[in-house]
Amino acid sequence: MTEVAERNITLEGLHDRFGQLDAMVPIHKIRSEAFNHLNNIGLPKVKNEEYKYTNVTKALEKNFNFAPAASPSKIEQTTIDEITFDGLDAYRLVFINGHFSPDLSDNINVKGVSVMNVAKAIENIDKDFLKHFGTVSSKNDDAFFALNTSLTEDGAYINIADNVVLDKPLALCFIIDSSDKSTYTTSRNLIVTGVNSQVDILEIFATQGSEGSFSNTATEIVVGENAHVNFYKIQNNKENAYQVDTTQVSQSRSSVFSTYTFTLNGAIIRNNLNVAIAGEGCESHMYGLYVVDDKTHIDNHTVADHISPNSFSNELYKGILEDNAKAVFNGKVFVRKEAQKTNAFQSNKNILLSDTAVINTKPQLEIWADDVKCTHGCTTGQLDDEALFYLRSRGLDKDHARSFLLYAFAIEVIEQVKLDPLKEYLKHIISERLHKDF
Amino acid sequence: MLTIKNLHASIEDKSILKGVNLVVKPGEVHAIMGPNGSGKSTLASVLAGREDYVVTAGSINFQGKDLLEMAPEERAREGVFLAFQYPIEIPGVSTTNFMKTALNKIREYRGLEPLDAVSFLKIMKEKMKLVEIDQSLLSRSLNEGFSGGEKKRNEIFQMAMLEPTLSILDETDSGLDIDALKVVANGVNKLKSKENSTIVVTHYQRLLDYIVPDFVHVLYNGRIVKSGTKELALELESKGYDWIKEEAEATV
Ligand SMILES: Nc1ncnc2c1ncn2[C@@H]1O[C@H](COP(=O)(O)OP(=O)(O)OP(=O)(O)O)[C@@H](O)[C@H]1O
Ligand SMILES: [Mg+2]
Repeated sequence: MTEVAERNITLEGLHDRFGQLDAMVPIHKIRSEAFNHLNNIGLPKVKNEEYKYTNVTKALEKNFNFAPAASPSKIEQTTIDEITFDGLDAYRLVFINGHFSPDLSDNINVKGVSVMNVAKAIENIDKDFLKHFGTVSSKNDDAFFALNTSLTEDGAYINIADNVVLDKPLALCFIIDSSDKSTYTTSRNLIVTGVNSQVDILEIFATQGSEGSFSNTATEIVVGENAHVNFYKIQNNKENAYQVDTTQVSQSRSSVFSTYTFTLNGAIIRNNLNVAIAGEGCESHMYGLYVVDDKTHIDNHTVADHISPNSFSNELYKGILEDNAKAVFNGKVFVRKEAQKTNAFQSNKNILLSDTAVINTKPQLEIWADDVKCTHGCTTGQLDDEALFYLRSRGLDKDHARSFLLYAFAIEVIEQVKLDPLKEYLKHIISERLHKDF
Repeated sequence: MLTIKNLHASIEDKSILKGVNLVVKPGEVHAIMGPNGSGKSTLASVLAGREDYVVTAGSINFQGKDLLEMAPEERAREGVFLAFQYPIEIPGVSTTNFMKTALNKIREYRGLEPLDAVSFLKIMKEKMKLVEIDQSLLSRSLNEGFSGGEKKRNEIFQMAMLEPTLSILDETDSGLDIDALKVVANGVNKLKSKENSTIVVTHYQRLLDYIVPDFVHVLYNGRIVKSGTKELALELESKGYDWIKEEAEATV
């Protein structure tokens, strides 16, 4: 009974917040549809197959309301410098508690690149923004995504014209400041890339302050024909920070899209990554690495949806779990009837360092086409005893040998990163985590 | 240097070594031969400290210390080196990468200064030449995609780097063609000294033409059933093991 009551309070708060939004802007129609959808289906409980292992609704209902975050925040430039790590020369856009912070952001003046915050795009009734907003995710009926859409107010809107090759990566920094009170925040981004364009984008999530936070973040990416997009996500939140993140991608013909998702800390993190490989002859890479300890719970749900022929997708997610950490991996690969000559590979590998760490891994392959090459697999284990013995027999002590092997396990994913400063940053963090300096 | 007394060892409750006695003095080369499954690799593993094997009786004294009391890494630092019969693959770890740590750990234990990158590289170059191994091989994932010969050469390279006092070569010659065999044997011989001892486990007398043993032992059914000089290896080569087995069974 109490559960129902709590849920009502949550939804009431949501109604209030939704009611405060400007109903006159054109985007509000999409927000309203999402809001109605959410009210129909409700937030997912553990009975929901997709959220069976990840009861993030409970955390939301118990600890958060939808009241706007306190402002202004005291986040300063030095914090931004810290989280965007050494040597990363990037165009930076900063969002504090979901709101664009022009003072902390770079002024981006590049021909063919239009950068604007979503609040401004909504206010200006930007035609291109409205043309793409919500289109690649029209089939996404996830409740948290609907919640994100309902409360969409701000985020990054990036539109890259045909043939533009961006000289520097774009770093989107999302910082939650919960020093004053626990906060619920929404961020919604839209990235549109033109024909033959090329860009590296980073989403960096960080939390500050001792109170809890819940962020619902979503990014839609339209990958243009023959475009090359690398999309990096770095989640290094505090122990009391919850995050549900959605990345919704649609690839046009001959495009190459790579995602890299690094999860290093947080309370519960749920990532929904959906890639529609819509065009012919596309290439898709999905890499993930989670190195978590304590009570962190990381859930990666991914979909690679092959819709047209001659495409290739490759997915590799790896995890190291310590203490009472929990991980969920659910990777779906769909190969539609028309998607002949598809090559799809998927693999999830985990190392559990304690008896109390838990992994639930479920690769799912659904193939309707007949001329395809697909493999999937998962492994979960402890460290390889034989490898440990080998290194020890060369004089390395047990701890050191262990860190060596863990580092080697993680490096397979890190090596895929094409941005050197990010690669170095990750190597550094991982080796620090594994208590050794390499 | 090494005194093994009445060594009994088992794995998963299966008794493999059933009373091995062996004394190795400084500077000596001992060859251990014997049919498949007789326990040669088990003996080598027990010496190196593999924890899967349980020593149920007996003792191993190494340079005045109880070897069985030591962890594998301590044994390595004390100067024991095992060249594995089947070196495993370790994805993501390159030889160069762990050798520097290994060598510095061993140096630290011996009271030597750690090597900086430059001096490490210098030593590495020297030892690479000794076993004719290519640098590119050493920076790849350990043994991943290595040929049989490359794996064995890499083992000897590591041995050269760590300069052990007791080297145990478990079938380092198996699978090598004659040229590779000469390279490996030459490497081993160059590392030999009056202070260092070597135990070579082999099936083939061919190796012993290049690494000449002071003693040859036959391990059968978990025991050393016959010992002799290098002529014993020749005899085994021509007559096989049946006569040894018969002799051994007759004495039981
Ligand atoms: N992990 C294990 N579990 C059970 N039995 C084992 C295990 N490892 C080895 N053995 C058994 O122990 C016996 C001795 O094996 P070992 O590898 O020492 O023989 P070996 O003399 O080195 O043989 P080879 O000449 O084939 O290398 C064999 O019967 C083998 O099957
Ligand atoms: Mg053997």
